[in-house]
Amino acid sequence: MTIPVSASVESAPGADLPLVQLLSPEGERLQHPEFHFDGDDAAIRSLYRDLVMSRRIDNEAFALQRHGELGLWPQALGQEAAQVGSARALRKQDYAFPTYREHGVAYCLGVDPALALFRGVSLGGWVPAEHGFALISIIIGAHTLHATGYALGLSLDGVVGTGDPDRDAAVIAYFGDGASSQGDVNEAFDFAAVNHAPVVFFCQNNQYAISVPVSRQMTVPVAQRAAGFGFRGVRVDGNDVLACQAVTAAALQQARDGGGPMLIEAVTYRMGAHTTSDDASRYRDADEVEEWKAKDPIARVEAYLRSNGTIDQFFTDIAAEAEQLGEDIRAACHALPEPDLAALFDQVYTEQTDELKEQQAAYVAWRSQYEGVES
Amino acid sequence: MSDKLPIAKAINAGLRAALESDEKVLVMGEDVGPLGGVFRVTDGLQKDFGESRVMDTPLAESGIVGTAIGLAFRGYRPIVEIQFDGFVYPAYDQIVSQVAKLHFRSSGAVRMPIVIRIPYGGGIGAVEHHSESPEAQFVMTAGLKVLAPATANDAYWMIQQAVQTDDPVVFMEPKRRYWEAGEVDLDSEPMSPWQSLIRRDGSDATLITYGPMVTTCLEAAEAANEDGVDLEVIDLRTLSPLDLAPVHESVRRTGHAIVVHEASRTLGLGAEVAARVTEECFYSLESPVQRVTGYDTPYPPSRVEDDFLPGIDRILDAVDHARAY
Ligand SMILES: Cc1ncc(C[n+]2csc(CCOP(=O)(O)OP(=O)(O)O)c2C)c(N)n1
Ligand SMILES: [Mg+2]
Repeated sequence: MTIPVSASVESAPGADLPLVQLLSPEGERLQHPEFHFDGDDAAIRSLYRDLVMSRRIDNEAFALQRHGELGLWPQALGQEAAQVGSARALRKQDYAFPTYREHGVAYCLGVDPALALFRGVSLGGWVPAEHGFALISIIIGAHTLHATGYALGLSLDGVVGTGDPDRDAAVIAYFGDGASSQGDVNEAFDFAAVNHAPVVFFCQNNQYAISVPVSRQMTVPVAQRAAGFGFRGVRVDGNDVLACQAVTAAALQQARDGGGPMLIEAVTYRMGAHTTSDDASRYRDADEVEEWKAKDPIARVEAYLRSNGTIDQFFTDIAAEAEQLGEDIRAACHALPEPDLAALFDQVYTEQTDELKEQQAAYVAWRSQYEGVES
Repeated sequence: MSDKLPIAKAINAGLRAALESDEKVLVMGEDVGPLGGVFRVTDGLQKDFGESRVMDTPLAESGIVGTAIGLAFRGYRPIVEIQFDGFVYPAYDQIVSQVAKLHFRSSGAVRMPIVIRIPYGGGIGAVEHHSESPEAQFVMTAGLKVLAPATANDAYWMIQQAVQTDDPVVFMEPKRRYWEAGEVDLDSEPMSPWQSLIRRDGSDATLITYGPMVTTCLEAAEAANEDGVDLEVIDLRTLSPLDLAPVHESVRRTGHAIVVHEASRTLGLGAEVAARVTEECFYSLESPVQRVTGYDTPYPPSRVEDDFLPGIDRILDAVDHARAY
């Protein structure tokens, strides 16, 4: 009368498996036999800046939600290294398919934070092709198939494996530990594998799908699943920006070179609740959150830089820049135009249908009765 | 005994009663365990009935419904929670091609006593995929039954009646009304869930609605009353099968029928109701059946949802239009 729980369900699957790590939580550089971070300290300072800005965007939006300016906000707090590291491995011809939590990726690709979506004034907010950044997928996992299809398109277009670094392109699909259970995601793995598609599956394993811990989602780590589909999976310390950058760069390069897909499992932690509507105290201990605080993705980069000669002024400047960014975001949020339902009737089809034209006219006529009338 | 409960708590109490009365009843879905569901409808159930009867599933709707089918084959009566309306589509194949057809395909040898609970509808300021009204897609699928309670009392009883039904039931929960409280009669033998009900008597026109719009229509009727117009309000309660006899009887008296729902207009429930009312009440109708619905656009950004959704003003305009016909 009970459903047996498999032994590994008690703890996070793969907790004992090695992770690619190039920067320890204490800020020490580590070597890995295969994956290396190519940049110098200036490059690390640049990543540090991205991390700080990403966190600032996230914190500002969180505050805006708390002040009633946004309906909802899914915090990325704690996941900055996974997002910045992977996004900084992209080239301009590459393309990313995000979920609702990829604020750091958006920042790196020059996309304004998704305030319009979460304020309820827009269902999108940017032109995907302008940034190589698709619209957010709230439907869990659906977009991993879109990423795979886009990658097939790259192959068909002959922009894979030409050897031209400005031409060869790849795709990255972001998804969560929970998403890995969806059929769509597993179908994406298979389609990508049999077609040798130039796509990198980047899973941020942040330990939870809303309230459900990863141990109830799977019994082997996500990364290991790739083998069953016929491609490689790598587990990386998702709070280590250098490792995330190095592994993603290698995976993208393999894809651009025509070497097919790769799965990266970035092991990280969702420091905030699932969204501003969630109450995480119902399903997890504060102790666990404290434990992960010690592995903060930004603190370790700062520790490394400080002990290797980066002066105070740099950090002061970055903090000031972040402050300014916060103010800009607040202002941008308040300046977002209100949507007009009447205009939305034009956006259902490329050409307005007669039926919609009638409904639009009826709506406008109905609304005009109330114009100037306070409701 | 009676109790004043919000709809979410009434469903919770109904689920509790269903779990208590039959050990074959199971609850399964995303976050239904320690969290109690994102709307807390399953709050406390796992604690009291254990992880084997109230199961947090992996994040996969097709997997949830597909597994429920297997459990039903084995004699269980799974109650499945779909977290939001817009997330039912990954399970659409399992619901439409499997759940709905197994009884028919097996010449009645297989029963699928599965309840698929779906919080649906808009008006809560949510992001996309969280405000949709997909009920017609299940109503048009032969083999499924569809219930849409509007009040706490109905929510409490109808969830239990759905669980006792040997056919699959899609149970549409009016999420924007979850926290509106109503009197729940915990003892008295409930009326059949497969009947519609006149919620307000009136003589000038008939509003036909269900789910979250019942409250809106009753408010519209109160407003009309101040202008001396007496509206009858019918709560369909069951969307499949439809129980339109009370509707026909009402329209024959009032001469006017206005169907109200949040779902888009084209091929929404209103289309079916209009066709049947026309078939049955042709000589009594003094105006064409009116439909007050969401527009034929995808659900818009939440800042304009109040204009997208039928409100009192649009309903009363339709009443005026019908009566002036
Ligand atoms: C198809 C579908 N089902 C359910 C949901 C509701 N939902 C939103 S986020 C979420 C959890 C996602 O977990 P994970 O994939 O680990 O990503 P994370 O939120 O942790 O970044 C769920 C169940 C959804 N958005 N889409
Ligand atoms: Mg997760």
